[in-house]
Amino acid sequence: MHLDPLVLSRLQFAWVVAFHILLPAFTVGLASYIAVLEGMHFVTKKEIYFRISVFWTKIFAISFGMGVVSGIVMPFQFGTNWSRYADATANILSPLLGYEGLTAFFLEASFLGVLLFGRHLVPRWAHFVAALMVALGTLLSTFWILSANSWMQTPAGFKMVDGRFFPTDWLAIIFNPSFPYRFSHNVTGFYITTGFVVIAVGAYLIRQKKFTEEGRVMFSMTFWLLSVLVPLQIVLGDMHGLNTFKYQPAKLAAIEAHWSPERRAPLTLFAIPDQKDETNHDVIEVPLLGSIILTHDLNGEVPGLKQFPADQRAPVAIPFFSFRIMVGLGFLMLGVIMLSWWLRLRHRLFEAHWFLRLCQWFAPIGFITVIAGWVTTEVGRQPWTVYGLLRTANSVSPSLTGFDVILSLIGYMLVYIIIFPVGIILMARVVRKGPLEAAKREPIEGGQPRAPVITPPEYNPHGH
Amino acid sequence: MVIDFVPLWTLILGAAVFFYVLLDGFDLGVGILYGFAPDRASRSLIMNSISPVWDGNETWLILGSVGLFAAFPLAFAIIIPAVYFPILIMLLALIFRGVAFEFHFRDAPHVTVWDRAFSIGSGVATFAQGIVLGAFIQGFNVAGRKFIGSSFDCFTPFSLFTGLALVFGYGLLGAGWLILKTEGELQKRSRQQGRICFIGVVIAVGIVSLWTPLMDHDIARRWFSLPNIFYLTPVPIITLLLAFFEWRSLNNQSEVAPFIWAIGLFLMSYLGIAISLFPMIVPHHFTLWEAASAPETQAFLIVGTLFLLPIILMYSAWSYWVFRGKVQSDVGYH
Repeated sequence: MHLDPLVLSRLQFAWVVAFHILLPAFTVGLASYIAVLEGMHFVTKKEIYFRISVFWTKIFAISFGMGVVSGIVMPFQFGTNWSRYADATANILSPLLGYEGLTAFFLEASFLGVLLFGRHLVPRWAHFVAALMVALGTLLSTFWILSANSWMQTPAGFKMVDGRFFPTDWLAIIFNPSFPYRFSHNVTGFYITTGFVVIAVGAYLIRQKKFTEEGRVMFSMTFWLLSVLVPLQIVLGDMHGLNTFKYQPAKLAAIEAHWSPERRAPLTLFAIPDQKDETNHDVIEVPLLGSIILTHDLNGEVPGLKQFPADQRAPVAIPFFSFRIMVGLGFLMLGVIMLSWWLRLRHRLFEAHWFLRLCQWFAPIGFITVIAGWVTTEVGRQPWTVYGLLRTANSVSPSLTGFDVILSLIGYMLVYIIIFPVGIILMARVVRKGPLEAAKREPIEGGQPRAPVITPPEYNPHGH
Repeated sequence: MVIDFVPLWTLILGAAVFFYVLLDGFDLGVGILYGFAPDRASRSLIMNSISPVWDGNETWLILGSVGLFAAFPLAFAIIIPAVYFPILIMLLALIFRGVAFEFHFRDAPHVTVWDRAFSIGSGVATFAQGIVLGAFIQGFNVAGRKFIGSSFDCFTPFSLFTGLALVFGYGLLGAGWLILKTEGELQKRSRQQGRICFIGVVIAVGIVSLWTPLMDHDIARRWFSLPNIFYLTPVPIITLLLAFFEWRSLNNQSEVAPFIWAIGLFLMSYLGIAISLFPMIVPHHFTLWEAASAPETQAFLIVGTLFLLPIILMYSAWSYWVFRGKVQSDVGYH
């Protein structure tokens, strides 16, 4: 069997980044949620927000730690497997990654410690500020990483000399054409991902009947938030699509498995794309809807893959299906949100057991959607690492053999297959113990300085 | 006029790498010694001694690797693929070790598994870093702007030896840290372990100091030609003095000195490597200036670095200050 270092390196990158992205997808939203809870506690002085905040802070600590260890792997990937990419793009991308590293380090060094163990060492407002700063830090990290990622999709502000990129305009590089859309679409997606986890945990707590009050606050509050965010996300997704249409037509054509350019194009709901014969099989489509959605115009022309040379097309089936998974799950989320409106109107939001159970099942939906979206945008960019300018095939380290990469891929697979489930089990344990237990006496842990947490005088869990 | 940022970036990156070696060095060393602790009580004391600081220490690795990518990308693009497997092994070991550290406290039924993962992970990560160091000193097979050798080139007798040497080196730092942070039996045992590691370090540094100039004419000329030999003689003399102080402090009652002199020994070894290789960042092929990124790139990143790095340093120092003094077994853990 022939082992291709290029294919294997791509698999390896997909593997390590797919696992890594799960953690920011969760922690970015959770950090903001904790900041909101701290703010509510600070303003209303109600203890319930405090208990919920402590509970989620414990879970945040575990996932943040896992995010850090799986994040250390990432910058090394550029060197070990993608050294020619590194050599070509370093002048542009390295400061963006550098600022991400500095921001993350700065956040971890200064405010995470206060958030995790400083509750009784600093005044309330300072703790609230720390929570805000941690949330801001996660957003800044996302900002820089997505700026770098967007630049690879829609490069701007550079000149090329001898096959290498040199910066000419930093603002144009950072705020490249797809960045504002990708950033808002991602952050909203991360918030929604966290939201569905919080809802699932809330539903679990209500059904357990032990921490009903906490469960209800989580459940109700988050449904209000998602009532805004999920529809907003659909609008943002549409805008992001228009941006792709403008700057990456070949990618858009691949996502839609659209072979020939046409006006009044149909929307393909399902098909089996055939890359070789440049056609689709078993097609289910809605007339005219393609042009309406993609161009917002009944007569709008949708690009086709045949407009681009065969060696400049993405592997159509992958972005085609992953995009449909993402959109399908998005509308499924909207369905759940609408159910919550209906139940709320009938005052049965916390009583309908089938709905609580359903919400528990929906806990991982955001993660799956994020991964599907990520696959769409990254595979859709192929065969380029820097869209239209640097081929993936010319990015891989020249010294690697297939044997080298299969060894490393197996290594990453084994370690992640052990580590991630154990992490999830440990977080599930925190959930099972419930908020009361979490707030009671245990020190707040994480990869951080620990100090005993003293039970606040105003809070007595046993009521005596 | 364009300012030359290369000297400044050399200093920053050099400092970042040294901080990493020193800080994660001692906690990796503590991890290695952890495997030799006889009972549960001393094991939890040992772990508590590094728990507040270890992940901050490890973050320097990210700053170091991103810093190399940003300031000297050509070196990054040549060196990192050349040490493909040592980097892989180091990363996997560090992940395992880090996670073992966290899970150790939450997963009581499997505590021995995580204990073992923590200690073996620390040792393996150290050994892999030592191989990277040895391979770096030996140099790589380069054509144009690419590494063209095999991914297995980096495993040589020399690099395996530097791997072993670093295990003793980090062990010495770790023992110094434990002498500083513990008392009684545990401290006594750490002194004994420190002495063993010290002997290993002395032998290893001696052999590397002879092996390197024998292997590499440029390095031999750097040290032994006139007039360099006069300027550079203080380096081995100071190292020998430090070694003498280290040995003496390991054998008397001082609690701070073993750690301090061990840092001194590391600093001198680091300086020795820098003197041997300067101004090359890819030995025999590219100087710091040739491997540097565009001046605009270096300028753009230096702004934020000069602002954030001092704050990060101050915070790090402060967190060490907060957790100063002897470690207690009952604080924080359960």
